[in-house]
Amino acid sequence: MAVIDLANPTRFLALVNRVLPWLVAATALVFAIGLYRAAYAPDDYQQGATVKIMFLHVPAAWLGMMGWVIMSAAALGTLVWRHPLADVAGKAVAPIGAAFTLICLITGALWGRPTWGTYWVWDARLTSVLILFLLYLGVMALYWTAEEPGRGARAAAILTLVGAVNIPIIKFSVDWWNTLHQPASVLRLGGATIDASILVPLLIMAGAFTLLFITLHLAAMRNEILRRRVRSMRLMQAQTMAEARS
Amino acid sequence: MTAFTALLLRDIRLSLRIGGGALMGALFFLIVVTLMPFAIGPDLNLLARIGPAILWLGALLASLLALDRLFAMDQDDGSLDLLMMGRMPLELAVLAKALAHWITTGLPLVIVAPVLGLMLNVELRAMGWVTLTLLAGTPALTFIGLVGAALSVALRRGGLLLPVLILPLTVPVLIFGVAAANAAIVGPAPFGPPFTILCALSLASLVLGPIAAAAALRHGLE
Repeated sequence: MAVIDLANPTRFLALVNRVLPWLVAATALVFAIGLYRAAYAPDDYQQGATVKIMFLHVPAAWLGMMGWVIMSAAALGTLVWRHPLADVAGKAVAPIGAAFTLICLITGALWGRPTWGTYWVWDARLTSVLILFLLYLGVMALYWTAEEPGRGARAAAILTLVGAVNIPIIKFSVDWWNTLHQPASVLRLGGATIDASILVPLLIMAGAFTLLFITLHLAAMRNEILRRRVRSMRLMQAQTMAEARS
Repeated sequence: MTAFTALLLRDIRLSLRIGGGALMGALFFLIVVTLMPFAIGPDLNLLARIGPAILWLGALLASLLALDRLFAMDQDDGSLDLLMMGRMPLELAVLAKALAHWITTGLPLVIVAPVLGLMLNVELRAMGWVTLTLLAGTPALTFIGLVGAALSVALRRGGLLLPVLILPLTVPVLIFGVAAANAAIVGPAPFGPPFTILCALSLASLVLGPIAAAAALRHGLE
């Protein structure tokens, strides 16, 4: 089935309904394996058991950023190709990306308390994730303000692309400003600096989070399509009632 | 006279005459900076240290103040539709409006900044440099704000939305503006690198801001 066939919401809904149970099962399975492996991963020699927060923190951070990438792709789909599902995808992904970013911030604060001695420091990494979260809230606010779904989607698409240009600049400028967070240690040139006993559960958890993200995104897109149908049915009903009365 | 300069002069004239908001921003800037010592305390040493930060934050908030008037009034009286149908590319028209907006609201901030810096005990020899950072950085604030103004006018109800959308995007300008100003006052970091990056941010937003704003207007009003 080509992407163009999915432009028909009914076909897309049929596909989602077929795929979603399998995705839910796969998510649960990979989460079970990942959490088991994470629970039995060795403690860090300095940080003790608190290092296990990492298994939630790092995948949430990755997916929080991936959410904006998906939103930018959807924005291009809305503005360039006018793909009817692109604005549904973009609208559905914003709260999910915001939620993952918030998980990253909260777990980071809980991890920072025992290791750094404080819940929050104005460090570069933390600050740029916080700004990413604020940008997500801005996009969501834009969707809330729009009276009509299509118009809001195009405005949000433009804001998303402006944000996509700006996020690397913000990241760079905040790095210049102040840094305390450890540098990248998994995805870097020359291989990971984490021992395999921790790296493997981390990657399984990242896979589980990705599956969860995809599952939630597809479900949210389905709900959004249904919500729009309900809206247009209500409008039609109101119109017929108004005509009947006059 | 080209259409570009005609539009530029029209917007400047409109905001200088009765009902325009040209000097409101500078007045707001003055009030914000006056309020700061009440919150922080009148300690002159402390004020000298955070003076540039106060000036920059005040300029940031003041430049937000008049932004929603940028397109809203033209939309109300229909001249925005004329601009969109005109032969001049919408990007250029938007650029002209933004330049006029900066000249009437950004430039007064830069001009009053030395006076306010004096009240905040910023050293006299550094005052020129601090003002220079504002001169280089406030265009970036206007051109980033331009996108927010276009988005909120496209949605027809964006008064409160605008700062929420715009402020996170102005973080780099604030960082490099304050970094350059602090470098000029206390050192030891050189003034050059943050200042040139600040100029780069202004120039980049001069190009990207009008393109995004024009796209927002086109998509919103079609």
